[in-house]
Amino acid sequence: MIQKLPAKKMVVTGDYAAAYGALLCDVDVVAAYPITPQTLIVEEFSNFVNDGITDAEFIMVESEHSAMSACIAAQAAGARTYTATASQGLALMHEMLFIASALRLPIVMPVVNRTVAAPIGIWCEHNDSMPQRDTGWIQMACEDNQEVLDMIIMAYKIGERKDVLLPVMPCLDAFILSHTVEPVDAPSSDEVADFIGKYEPHAMLDPDNPMAIGTFTPPEYIQELRYQNHVAMENAKKAIKEVTKEFADEFGRDYHGLIEEYKCDDAEVVLITVGTVTGTAREVVDKLRQQGKKVGLIKLRFYRPFPREELRSIAENVEAIGVYDRAISYGSGGPLFIETRNALYGMDVPVLNFLAGLGGRDVVTGDVEKMYEILMKAKDSKPDKEIYWIGTRGVSI
Amino acid sequence: MLKEIIFYGRGGQGAVTAANLLASAALKSGNKGVQAFPFFGAERRGAPVKAFARISNEEIFLRSQIREPDIVVVLDTGIMDVIDVTQGLKENGTILLNTPRNPSELSLPYKTATVDATTIAIENEILVGGIPVVNTPMVGALIRLLDGVKLEALQEAVMERFKGRAGEKNANAVKVAYEKVKL
Repeated sequence: MIQKLPAKKMVVTGDYAAAYGALLCDVDVVAAYPITPQTLIVEEFSNFVNDGITDAEFIMVESEHSAMSACIAAQAAGARTYTATASQGLALMHEMLFIASALRLPIVMPVVNRTVAAPIGIWCEHNDSMPQRDTGWIQMACEDNQEVLDMIIMAYKIGERKDVLLPVMPCLDAFILSHTVEPVDAPSSDEVADFIGKYEPHAMLDPDNPMAIGTFTPPEYIQELRYQNHVAMENAKKAIKEVTKEFADEFGRDYHGLIEEYKCDDAEVVLITVGTVTGTAREVVDKLRQQGKKVGLIKLRFYRPFPREELRSIAENVEAIGVYDRAISYGSGGPLFIETRNALYGMDVPVLNFLAGLGGRDVVTGDVEKMYEILMKAKDSKPDKEIYWIGTRGVSI
Repeated sequence: MLKEIIFYGRGGQGAVTAANLLASAALKSGNKGVQAFPFFGAERRGAPVKAFARISNEEIFLRSQIREPDIVVVLDTGIMDVIDVTQGLKENGTILLNTPRNPSELSLPYKTATVDATTIAIENEILVGGIPVVNTPMVGALIRLLDGVKLEALQEAVMERFKGRAGEKNANAVKVAYEKVKL
């Protein structure tokens, strides 16, 4: 239970917004390992517990692997659970992520996107969350701190739906959101309680009525379970669209489902962005539009489930598509680029990949302008390559 | 109108807190867009640090670091020996320094404002481990250079950040600096 919290306007970091979102959702159990690369999210939450604002159980565990294990057990016992992690911590959790999704436990865990070593870096890169693609978690990226708070609330609502029942991983860019303060509107705890409702677990561990879950299972059964998880993830597309709509009706902030289109209507070229670069790209699109250039922007919110149908529908009307990636799959390309090109299979539109901001390098308006410049050229003549390393020493474009 | 500000100080002086307090005060004063963030480095007490703030009456979408500030605020003029704090400063930009000297004595090629934040901090007993903390008086002086951030809003933000007696001391230091800044 939490104390009644009034709606308020705050100027806070993304870390605080993530912690406050969990507080508003009245989570029962938080398990965390408080050491670098952990961010302030769980520390902020531990302050709420210490101050008596919530009576949530805060479990200090001995590793990130154990943090996820504790959340899995608590969620299976009927609790609404929460944890947070980043980079190396998420990598250590990897094994347990599969278990959370296969047991259909709608845990919510924000990930602050940080560089995975080596070399050691605490700055923004998506090479930590994107390799979790196949763990069965719903994965999305936030653009600002308001979206961080709102997405924690929506994550519980989406994940806990009976047609979904999957864990959710909202991602936020290290420092650019996690350590940046900006205005955030927080709804009241009553409004949030009404919106997400009570968590009703589909199966609950109970000492009086013992059962085992996730046990040794022969080949006669597992393939159907895999199929069910796939169906649940496909169902999540509908759930995401419906929940973002309900959220917009209730709180007045519309996130448009799996993607948001910005000035795409008559666009000749569009750039797909993820995370905070979206904000900077909005400024660039505004500027280029003033110069009469027909450019558009697609804010990709969800990586899993992937918005295949939405992107195909946009691709029908444009002459070139760029995909911005802050991660690299060595020997192939950026993960979102690979995914987008796969989604657009069979369509006759050039798809280019722009890599920038790796290791936390600042992405400036000039970098994004360069991406649009290359796209405008690609619409007129076939480009000689697909992957462009923007602002990389020793690499010509 | 977007205003971009860079704070220069040393680790432990509170440059990041100064930027955050400015953001809170700017929102309380009715600005729609406020944003403050540290230079994303490895923090070490005593090492030169940077913090950034953006203020606008419209929503801010830009996420990159600030390269061409309108104002630079220097909490410790000692770092000017090792860092060019005017790098990227707009031609009509302003530099605000923590020094007892008058702007005219300094003859810098930019509009210059000064405030003796160290003395104000000592007089208001804002000390941590015996060392004066100059961040709150520096923000007090800074808002004189900005349109649209009110003194009362800043004092309120300071009182929220520092509870009780510490809040009162800091809020008073803000007011004194606001009045004493030399333009």
